[in-house]
This record gives sequence, structure tokens and C-alpha cells, in this order.
Amino acid sequence: MSRFVAFASLGRRALPNQWDFVSLALVIAVFVAVAKGSLGMTAPLTAPVTVDLSLDYSNLPYYALRTTLRMSAAMAASLLFTFVYATIAAKSRRAEMVLIPLLDVLQSVPILGFLSFTVTFFLGLFPGSTMGAELAAIFAIFTSQAWNMAFSFYQSLRTVPRDLEEVAVGYHFSPWQKFWQLEAPFAMPALIWNMMMSMSGGWFFVVASEAISVGDTTIKLPGIGSYLALAIDAKRIDAVFAAVVAVIVVILAYDQLLFRPIVAFAAKFRVELSAGEVQEESWVRQIFLRTRFLRGLIAIPARILASVALLRLQFAFPGAGGEPQRVTKRVLRARLALSRAFDVVWFVLIGAMVAYCLDQVYAFVSQKLTVDDLKETLVFTTFTMIRVFLLIVLASLFWVPIAIYIGLRPRLAEKIQPLAQFLAAFPANVVFPIAVVLVVQFSLNPDIWLSGLIIFGTQWYIVFNVIGGAMAFPNDLREAVVNYGIKGRIWWKDVILPGVFPYYVTGALTASGGSWNAAIVAEYVKWGDDKVAAHGIGAYIAQATEAGDYPKIVLGVAVMSIFVILFNRLLWRPLFAWGERRLRLN
Amino acid sequence: MLDRPEGALLVLKNVSQSFTKGSGERDSLVLDNVSLTLQSGEIVGLLGRSGCGKSTLLRIVAGLVTPSKGDVSYLGAPVHGPVQGVAMVFQSFALFPWLSVLDNVEIGLRTKGVPAEQARRRALAAIDTIGLDGFESAFPKELSGGMRQRVGFARGLVVEPNILLMDEPFSALDVLTAETLRTDLLDLWVEGRMPTKSILMVTHNIEEAVLMCDRIVVLSSNPGRISAEIKVDFPHPRNRLDPEFRAMVDRIYALMTKRAAPEREGVFPGMGLGMALHNVSTNTLAGMIEEIAAPPYNGKADLPALADSLNMEIDDLFPVAETLQLLRFAEVAEGDIRLTYAGMKFSDAEVDARKKQFGDHVLAYVPLAARIRKVLDERRSHTAPATRFQSELEDYMSEERAEDTLKGVITWGRYGELFAFDEGSQTFSLENPGGE
Repeated sequence: MSRFVAFASLGRRALPNQWDFVSLALVIAVFVAVAKGSLGMTAPLTAPVTVDLSLDYSNLPYYALRTTLRMSAAMAASLLFTFVYATIAAKSRRAEMVLIPLLDVLQSVPILGFLSFTVTFFLGLFPGSTMGAELAAIFAIFTSQAWNMAFSFYQSLRTVPRDLEEVAVGYHFSPWQKFWQLEAPFAMPALIWNMMMSMSGGWFFVVASEAISVGDTTIKLPGIGSYLALAIDAKRIDAVFAAVVAVIVVILAYDQLLFRPIVAFAAKFRVELSAGEVQEESWVRQIFLRTRFLRGLIAIPARILASVALLRLQFAFPGAGGEPQRVTKRVLRARLALSRAFDVVWFVLIGAMVAYCLDQVYAFVSQKLTVDDLKETLVFTTFTMIRVFLLIVLASLFWVPIAIYIGLRPRLAEKIQPLAQFLAAFPANVVFPIAVVLVVQFSLNPDIWLSGLIIFGTQWYIVFNVIGGAMAFPNDLREAVVNYGIKGRIWWKDVILPGVFPYYVTGALTASGGSWNAAIVAEYVKWGDDKVAAHGIGAYIAQATEAGDYPKIVLGVAVMSIFVILFNRLLWRPLFAWGERRLRLN
Repeated sequence: MLDRPEGALLVLKNVSQSFTKGSGERDSLVLDNVSLTLQSGEIVGLLGRSGCGKSTLLRIVAGLVTPSKGDVSYLGAPVHGPVQGVAMVFQSFALFPWLSVLDNVEIGLRTKGVPAEQARRRALAAIDTIGLDGFESAFPKELSGGMRQRVGFARGLVVEPNILLMDEPFSALDVLTAETLRTDLLDLWVEGRMPTKSILMVTHNIEEAVLMCDRIVVLSSNPGRISAEIKVDFPHPRNRLDPEFRAMVDRIYALMTKRAAPEREGVFPGMGLGMALHNVSTNTLAGMIEEIAAPPYNGKADLPALADSLNMEIDDLFPVAETLQLLRFAEVAEGDIRLTYAGMKFSDAEVDARKKQFGDHVLAYVPLAARIRKVLDERRSHTAPATRFQSELEDYMSEERAEDTLKGVITWGRYGELFAFDEGSQTFSLENPGGE
């Protein structure tokens, strides 16, 4: 399970319930609040933040460094968020009721959709400085990374083996010690896998968030994304290619220097007590382990961390620790009654909050928008949904057989698998301009030809998950297939497709999530002054953003989020559950 | 206050434990009025079958679980929460896979704030005592089961507990490894090289209990009650082949099977629909009948001997024996099992005849099966959802047992061709997919 991206939708019941509704109301109300706040600020927020950017190739390493730093900052924020949010959700029953559905909704909200609010919000926090813009970009990346990490961590916390839990309690670990000695290490493999997936998705958003215009405010931060935007404005195709190369180098470096060592290191946190599993290797880790002075370099921080993890950090709560008072029946009953009373207060609070949120949202949206606007967004979202669905189907028809072919040949798979993972990480929006040039050049129909961009970056998730599935297909079953001479249609229908199905669903689900996000960038693209737009909610939101039309952005994002949630719950979750129940091979 | 007998480390007085069921209405009682005193210098065994609450009892002693009723006191002071001076060894070893052997042993000391050097010295000493020298830097996944459990023991001993609790510590190990570890542990105990005043161990292995314990507390099931307390006076090292040893093993078997007789109480609590069943596979049932029918048993077997020859422990053996008794294929009494006429007939029959006979017996002696069949016959569609019977069962027993009971009936009903069951839709039906 640790190899799967953690999706809040999958752990939950198929039909949306009242908690989803609560979360949705909360999320949209927050957008409204931010949008309202931004409107309130008098017209020119600040002078447009401009940084001198040049298309000179020699600047690219510096820009790449800035982009990388932004990624790292966002990752650090995501980790901090994960530890706090997931721990609260796992430890408090009441918080859990709200936090987990909230995570599900947040995971379904198109990230670039609310970039526009956050930009104005952060610019308002730091008027006249690029700090606000930096934070807005980091926040956008953060929102693309944090949710699945938090959900994975929450899942791990809920599944800590009972015997280990008893060791921690029986041997008197304090809560702080238990967290660092047991819970965090146990959650590590799944968390790191989700970090890698988050990172891989994050490149897309860092490119998109470095150069953005909301209404009159245009922001360009030094980085590969803004370099690319500049290249587009200047119609410099050579600079676009230079950006592509820079991105490739950065992603490869990140993978080799950071993630490989971490994954190899994290292998020891796996709980299955069996040796002989494939050991992840990393040359960087080997260098660190074998070079004395490098080892010394990491030994000191490691020792400090270890001793911090061993601090008791226990605060004297009444009732916890110390001399526990005598628990009589009466005390127990009183506690139970108190807890029920708290529940009632909690539900009333949530109810009131939701009512207030709904009222605010309605007031804001109905100010300027009519039912026709709602209809329009519904139609556009349906267009986009059809696009996403069709493209997933097409990509699946094309890639699944190829991925199975590769996955069944271990030597080939070994070479192709990293490539597929790399392509999934590669921000597809970097190559969009190339496609736009073609569309403009040959006057192609944007409704059809821009659709391809939606799936361009996300199809690789299907590829590498299916390759993984085919590689994991049990050897004894393959021998049985050969032995009984199973071939052709029956082989596909009864052997290999069911065999890779759970993996396929994971890949397709990830691809579908990414595609919805990509729609905002892919349905509305530019090349110099040429603008090409398709009919869809992505273009709707992108155009509203450009015009600084907040009510329309809120409406578009809300409708899109609801569609994504329903899409996940009514299509992917049942498929996933069915695959897990019927087709799991171990 | 509680009176404290001389030398008593731990006293449990009238302890009961019940768990609230999922639906919330009725509590299911796991332990009923258990009193137990642990003296200095003794090894006490809690012997019982799965579901008798012996592991829960152990966790109450450890302070991991607070009993619903009754008092627990350690060295005269009431116990609320984990007790200093009590350490536990787990059936599953429960080692942290990301820590080396040395770190695993040290961790209990380090979290208490024992200085690093002192912790290291004591851990190395414990590792030395338990025979793990040379494995200090290994990780648990590199070790065999026996070595892992040695780490578990070292981790327990290093905190120098007054009481060492052991939750079926040898049952996850193969026979030879378990025996070596038992002997090593007993040697340490007898030679006084353990920093421990008393050991309380949970087991379902009768021979193991007689081999190791000074006192055996036998628990009956559903709910767990103390049904007997047996003193074992044989000097260490004990010899399994000693006639007195064998006699005691036989006596305990007789004691436990007597308790288990369904006509009296316990195993199939309640008759009629509310009878809890074991989910025993039909292959195991048939295999057992064949084994008893064949020489050397020729239709009648001594349970300890049978357990030995089939390499089964009481947790595996008793459910099978009891199910055979329920279905009237065998009778169990005084530690013996004897095939009935029907059982002998079954062992001689061919596959189809067996299935027919089995089906008839299930229909006749398992009220739940008869009920399912009746519902299916009466309904026009000849189908019925499993949830219907599940909720009916939950009026009598916990959700888990109800599920197990239903699974048992499904297996037997399918084998006896009484009805079909579709896993996907969770429905019973009369149609036979093979027959179309």
C-alpha cells in the first residue's frame, strides 16, 4: 500500500455525506473571504512586482536555483503541515470528523484556481516587496504537495501495529517519544513515497506560479517558470528549449541527490520483517556512508535529532501522567456525560459555521452573478469533464498494452520505469508553447487539439503504475499461464488486465486529478500576443483570473471542485474498492 | 484497602472485563470475576483457548487495559496505567524494525532518561545474558524468529522488572527453536541470573505450561473464568517423558475437554440459532475423521497423542473436535475422542456420499443452517442476503463471533451442497453454479 499515492477519497464511502458538504462550504467560504478582502483593498495593490529578467542562457542556472529553493521551502512547509494536521486528525475524534473530509475537498480543488486569491492576499501582506509574491508561489506549490502527504501520514498513524503501540505504552514512552520513536518512523516509507509524488506534481505548479497576472497585477519571480513566460511573450522558441533542458537537469539532480538517498535510507523503516526484498540503491548515499568526513558531517545533526526525539517533553496535564486519581464508576459516568455534552456543542458550532459560510458565499456570488452564470459554468465543466474522461480512456487504450509489454520484461522495465517516472515529474506546461505554435500555425481546432495538453503530462502516471503492476505480477501465475497455454483474448481478459487493475486504477486516478488541474493551463494558452482558448471550465477560470473577476473565479473553482469530488467518488473509488476486494494478488 | 499476602507482588481481585459492542446495546463479557495473586519466585501460566480472555488478563496486569470491574494492585498500591517494574514480551516480538538489536534493547532505558553510557552498558549485559552476543548491530529483519524473540527477552530484562509478562512468547516459533528458547530461559531462571522476581505467561500449549510453570491457572472460555488451579511441583529440569509429567498433561486435557463439552456449558454458548460456530474447514474435519478412523487409533484417540501426531495445538485441535461432536461424527470426553457410527461411515464413504452425509448432518444439527435453508426454500426468489442472518446472530453474540459463525456455516453449507453463496453480493441462494 505504501507505493500508492494517498487519496482521501479512496478511504471513504462512495456517496458524499454531510461532512463533505461541511468541508466544501468551509473551503469555498474561505475563498470568498480572501476574494472579498482583496476587493476591499484599494485599487492598485502595489506597483506590479517586476524583477529584471533576461532571456540570456547564462542566467538559467541562477533561475533554476531559485525555482529549486522555492520547491524546497514548499516541501518543508508541507512536512510541517503534515505532522501537525495529520496528527491532530488521528488523535482527536472530533477534529477527525471535519479534517479528513476537508482534506478530500482540498485535494479536489484545482490548485491554479485559487492561486489568484492567494496572490492578492500575500501581496497585501507584504506591500511593495517581492516577499508576498514569493510566498504566494510557495503557497501554490504547497497546496499541490501537502494534501496527499497529510493523508498518507494520517493513514499510517491509524494503522500503527497494536503490539508496537503496546511496547510504547508498556515501556512508558511519553507522547513526544512515542511520536518520534514509533509513529513517525512507521509512517516514513509511505510518507516519502508521497513526498516524491508531490514533488513530481509540484514542478508543474512552480512553473505556473512564478509568472502570473491577476487583473492588473503582474508578477514575475526569478525562476524557470518566469523565464519561460518571458520566452513566450518574446516568441523565442530557442529560449523555450533552453528552459526545457534546465528543467530536465533540475529534476534529475533532485532525484539523484535527494530522493534516491532518502528512499534508500527509508527502506529500513519498512515493517515487513523479511529480508531479501529489492534493496533501493543510491550512489550518493554510498558516498556518504563510505567517506569518513561526510559521515562525520551527518553524524552531528543525526545525534542532535536523536536526543531531541528522546526528550520526554511531558507537560503535567491534570489526569495524564503523575499520580492518576482513582477512577470510580461515578467519575467515568461523569466523563462520558461531559464528552457527550462536548459533542453536542461541537456539532452546534460546526452547524453554525456552515450556515454562516453558506450565507457569505451566497451573498458574495449573488451580488454579481446570475443563474445563467451557474448554467454556463456547469456546461463548461461538463465539457472539461468529457475531455478529461475521453483522454484518460484514449491514453489507457494506448498505454496499457505497451506498459504491460514493458512490465513483463524485467530488463526492459528496469530501463523504462525511471524514464516514465521522470516524464510524470516533468512539468508539461513547459512544452505547451511548442504545441501552441503548431495550433496557431496550422489553424487547428483548439477544442480538440488543446485537449491533448490536458493529458500530456499526466498520462505517465498510468504508464509507470501499470508497468509496476505488470512487474509485480506473480511468477507462479505466469508459469501457470504458459503451462496451460493461455493466450490471446482470454489472456488479456482473464489474466493480465485483472492482474494490473488495482495498479491501473491508482495511475488513472492520479492522472485524472492532474488533468483537471492541467485544464486551467491547457485550455487557455498564449504565444506572444496570440491567445488560443478551448471551451471548458479551465479556460473560464483562466480568463476570469486574467480579468481579475473574483466572483467568477469563485464560482468556477467551486463548480469544478464539486465535479472533481463526484468524479472521484462515483467513478474511481468504486473501481478502486472493487479492485482491492476482488483482484488483489496477495 | 487491599490486604497484601506475604510476598505477593501483584493481586487481582474480582476482575471483570467487558467490551461494548459496535451496536452499543449489550456488552460482551470477556473476563468474569477473576482473582489471582502473583507471588515472588514463581512462574505462573495462564492456560486457555483463544477467546478465553487470557491476553486481556495479561494486559490488565501490565496496566495497558483498565478492567471494567475489580481491583489490581502492585506491591500494595492500586494500578492505574502502565506499571514501572512490569515488562512484557510479545508473541509477535514487537521489535522496532528500524532500530538495531542494541537500540531495541536500549530504547526502554533511553526513553526513561537513563544516561547513554549506562544504558549501553546495561543493554550489552542483557544481550550477553540472553545469548545475542555478536548480533548487536543487526536489524530485526536479518534475524531468525528465535533470535528476534531473544531480543524481545533482552528488552524486557534490561529494565530489571519485578514481573516479566509473556504473551505466548514461543507460539510464533518452530518447534525446535521454541524448545531451545524455553530451556535457555528456564536455565536463567533456575540459576537466578534473571533480574526478575516472577514470571506470568500466557499459553495455549499444555505441555509448555507443565514444562515451565510452578502454577497453572486454567481459564474457561466465554466468558473467561478460572476453572482450575494446578500446582506443578516437579523439579527442573523437567522431563516430558516422565510418566508423572504425562499424567499431568493428560489430566489437564481431560479438565479442558470436560469443560468444553457442549451439553454442559461454554463452547457453543446457547443452543438453537444463537449457537456460536467455529469456522473450521471441511478438509480439516474430514482429515481429522480419517486420522482417527485409521490405525493406530481405529476410531478412538487420546487427544494429547492426537495433537502430538498431527502437530496441532489445543487452539487448533479443540475447535475441530468440538465441531465433530456438534455434527455427531464424534464424541469427546475425558481427554478422548471417539468416532460415532456416522463418523466411521463418513470415513469409508466416497466423495459424493460424504458430501450428502455431511449436508444432512449440518442441516439436522446446526439450527442456523436449517434456518438459512428454510428461508431460501420459502422465498420465491430463493435468495437471501447474508446481512439478514448476521444481524439475527448479533442478538446472541459479538459482531466478530457472528461473522465467524456465518463463515463456518457458509463453508459447511457449500460443501454439503445445502446452498450457494455469492461473495460479491453477499447473498445466499439455492442455485448451483456448477449445475447449470
